Amino acid sequence: MTAESTPDAFREELRAWLEENCPQEMRDGKMTEEGICWGGKNWQFTSQAQKQWLDRCAAKGYTVPTWPKDYGGAGLNRAQEKIFHQEMGRINARKPLQSFGIWMLGPALLHFGSHEQKLHYLPPIARGEVRWCQGYSEPGAGSDLANVQTKGEDKGDHWLVNGQKIWTSYADKADWIFALVRTDREAPKHKGISFLLIDMEDPGVETRPIKMISGISPFCETFFTDVKVPKDQIVGEENRGWDVAKYLLTHEREMISGGGAGLSGGGRALGAVIKDTMEGLTDATLRADAMRCEVDSLAIGLTLERYKDQAEAGQGAGDASAMLKYMGTELNKRRHELMMTAGGSDALEWDGPLGNRAGDWLRTKANSIEGGTSEVMLSIVSRRVLGLPG
Amino acid sequence: MEKLVLTEEETMLSDMARGYLDGAAPVAKLRRMRDAGETHDAALWKEMADMGWAGVLVPEAQGGSDMGYAAANLLAREMGKTLAVSPYISTAVIAATALRQVADARAEAALARIAAGEATYALAVDEGIKFDPEAAQMTARADGNGFRLDGKKQFVVDGAMADRLLVLARTDNGLTLFDIPADRAGVTRDRSNMIDARDAARITFDNVEATGEDVLGQVDQAMTVLKPALMAGQGALAAEMTGLAAGAFDMTVGYIKERKQFGIEIARFQALQHRAAHLWCEIEVTASAILNAGRMMDADPDSAALAVSLAKARATQTATLAVQEGVQMHGGIGMTDAYDMGFYMKRARVGAEWLGDYSYHAEQVAAARGF
Ligand SMILES: Cc1cc2nc3c(=O)[nH]c(=O)nc-3n(C[C@H](O)[C@H](O)[C@H](O)COP(=O)(O)OP(=O)(O)OC[C@H]3O[C@@H](n4cnc5c(N)ncnc54)[C@H](O)[C@@H]3O)c2cc1C
Repeated sequence: MTAESTPDAFREELRAWLEENCPQEMRDGKMTEEGICWGGKNWQFTSQAQKQWLDRCAAKGYTVPTWPKDYGGAGLNRAQEKIFHQEMGRINARKPLQSFGIWMLGPALLHFGSHEQKLHYLPPIARGEVRWCQGYSEPGAGSDLANVQTKGEDKGDHWLVNGQKIWTSYADKADWIFALVRTDREAPKHKGISFLLIDMEDPGVETRPIKMISGISPFCETFFTDVKVPKDQIVGEENRGWDVAKYLLTHEREMISGGGAGLSGGGRALGAVIKDTMEGLTDATLRADAMRCEVDSLAIGLTLERYKDQAEAGQGAGDASAMLKYMGTELNKRRHELMMTAGGSDALEWDGPLGNRAGDWLRTKANSIEGGTSEVMLSIVSRRVLGLPG
Repeated sequence: MEKLVLTEEETMLSDMARGYLDGAAPVAKLRRMRDAGETHDAALWKEMADMGWAGVLVPEAQGGSDMGYAAANLLAREMGKTLAVSPYISTAVIAATALRQVADARAEAALARIAAGEATYALAVDEGIKFDPEAAQMTARADGNGFRLDGKKQFVVDGAMADRLLVLARTDNGLTLFDIPADRAGVTRDRSNMIDARDAARITFDNVEATGEDVLGQVDQAMTVLKPALMAGQGALAAEMTGLAAGAFDMTVGYIKERKQFGIEIARFQALQHRAAHLWCEIEVTASAILNAGRMMDADPDSAALAVSLAKARATQTATLAVQEGVQMHGGIGMTDAYDMGFYMKRARVGAEWLGDYSYHAEQVAAARGF
C-alpha cells in the first residue's frame, strides 16, 4: 500500500506527528533572519525548541522530505510532499532547517554526484550539521558567470586553487564551499570549468564580510591562496563543471522565486500580512495595489504547482525556471514596497515598532540580482524559449 | 482534483480544435464578416455543434459531449487564438450551465436543442456601463399566473442573433431569471455597433409577457442558477482572452523576427527581446490560472469563485498587455486596419469589460482572501 493511494492516511499520520513533535514556539511561521535555522558546525540555536524541532524533523527525514531515505530524506512522493507543505502551513510551522545545501548543492549532488559522494555529503546537510556556501561570482564574473578566473592547477592527487570569489553569502558562517574553478585555461570558457567542494577550514581560505544596504552583512569576499583540494572533491567530470553549475542554478532560481509567490510567510494572504500592522486597508490606492499583488501572487503560485505537476508527468519545464525567478522576484519587490507604504513612518526605523521591516524590504532588492539578474532571466527566455536571435 | 497538466484527451482536443479553427475560422474570416456587416455564421456554428462543442457542457443523455469545464476552456482558448466568431460562450457555456442547474423536462429539452446546435442564447444582465448583476433594476411585475417584464439591457453579447434570451429581472422579493424567446412580443433588439465587430445588442422590454414556465429555477432565486453560469462564462472568457493574448503574441514574435531596421532583424534588439520575454512570462503564469479555474469548476464548483475571478483578472491584464505590446512592436503597420493586430486589440478591450473587468474580479479575489 503506497501512501499515494491513501493520501488521507499519510495526512492523518503526519498531523498526529506534527501535533506531538512541533514545539509551540516553532509555530509562528517566522521567515525573518532570527526565525531561520541554518545549522552547521558553528550554529547557535536561538532556543531549545529550535534544536528540538530540527532534531526531530531530521530523524524523520523531514528537513529534506523528498530526498531518498538513504541520504537523510523521507522519500516523499509529490502528492505526499504537497500534503506535507499543507500541514506544515496549517499549523504555521517554521521550516526546521534552511540552507544552500538543501536548495542548491543537494539537488546537484543527487543528479551528478557519485554514490560515495551522496552518502558522504548529503546526510550531514539533512541533519543540519554542515553548512555550505556558494562560490560562483567573482569581481569580473557576475552576469557573465562563465568568465570565472579562480584557477585550479592539477598537482596529481589534488588541485591547487588560487583566486577570489565575491558576494559569497554567509561564507564567514559556512563550513564548506562549492566553487567554480577554471581547470583548463586553453579551452573555450564554458568548457574549462570544474565544480569543486572545498573545506573552509583548509589553510589558505580566507573570508571578509561585506555590509549590505540593509545593514546586515550576509555576504563576503572569499580568497583562495594555494588551497589544496583532493581529487575526489570534484562533482561531475573535470572541466564539465558548467553543466553542474547550470543545473544547480535552476534550483536556486526556483527557490528564490518562491518568495514572490507568497509561499514564504506560511502562504498567508498579503492582506493579512498588511493588516497585522494596519487597521484594514482603508486607503484605496494601497488596497488596489495589494489586490494586484495578491492576484499575481496566486497565479505565480499556481504556475509553480503546474510546473511541478508537469515535471512529474515527465514534461520537463526546461528554461522555465528563469521565468519563475523573474516573475517571483519582481513581485516580491512589489510586495515589500507595498508593506513599506502600509507601515508609513513606523516602517522607517531600524528595529522600530514593525521590527525589521525596512531591512526586509531592502533585502528584497537583491532578489532580482542574486542567482542571475532579471535582465539575464529575460535574455534566457528570449533566446531559449522564444528562439530570438542572440 | 486533476493535476495542472493537460491529460492526453485534453491535448488531443486542443490540437484538433486548433487544426479546425485555423482552417475554418482564421482572423481573415472575422475580417470578411466585419466587411460584410455580418456578426454570425450559422454554418460555422452548426459544424461546431457537430463536433460536440455546442454540447460541451450538456449531459450525454441530452445529446451532449459533457466534456467538462477544463475542456470547455481549452476550446475557448483555441477560439481566442484565431478570434473565431461564434455564440460559444453565451450558448454552450453560460446558457448550458444555467440550464443544468434546473432538473426539469423543460430545461432538459432546452439543453438538447443547444447540443444539437438548434438554439442559441444570449445573457441579458447588464443595465449600466459596468457589470453588476445584482444591481439589476428591470422589473418583472406579477400579473395573474405570470409576469410583465419592463426595462432595458445593454451589452447583451450575441443578443442580436440569439434565438433565446436569459433575462435577469427584479421580482417582489429578489431577482428572477427568465428564459424567453427573443422574438416575443414587446422585445426590441437594437444591434450595437461593436468595436470588435461581434454581435451585441441593446434590448428593450416593453410589457413583455412571461409565464411561470419561463422562469429558470425559482422565483426570487436567480442567483442560484445565475452564479454558476456566470462563473462558467467568466472562466471560458478568461481562457478565450488568454488564447487571444497568445495569438497576438505569436504574431508579434513572428513579425519582429522578420522585420529589419538598421540592417538587422529587430528581434536582435534587447529592448524588444526583453519585452517579448516578459509578455511570454505573463501569458505562461495566466495559463496556470486558467487551467486551475477549469479544474476547480469540474471538481468543486461551489468553491470555484476565487479560482475563476483570479483567472478573469489575470486574463484581462495579460490580454491587454499582449495587444498593447503587439501594436507597439509592429510600429506603424500595427495601427493599420489592413493588418490583423487591431482585431486582437479590439476583442481584448471588449473581453476586458464583459462579465466583469479587472477591478471587479480583483475585488472578488481580495474578498475571498480576506482583505
Ligand atoms: C544578496 C546577494 C547574495 C549573493 N549571494 C551569492 C552567493 O552566495 N554566491 C555567489 O557566487 N554569488 C552571489 N551573489 C552574486 C550574484 O549572483 C551576482 O551579483 C549577479 O549574478 C550579478 O552579477 P554582478 O553583480 O556582477 O552584476 P553585473 O553582471 O555587472 O550586472 C550589472 C547590471 O548589468 C546588467 N547586465 C549585465 N549583463 C547584461 C546583459 N547581457 N544584458 C542586459 N543586462 C545586463 C545586469 O542585469 C545588472 O543590471 C549574490 C548577490 C547578492 C546581491
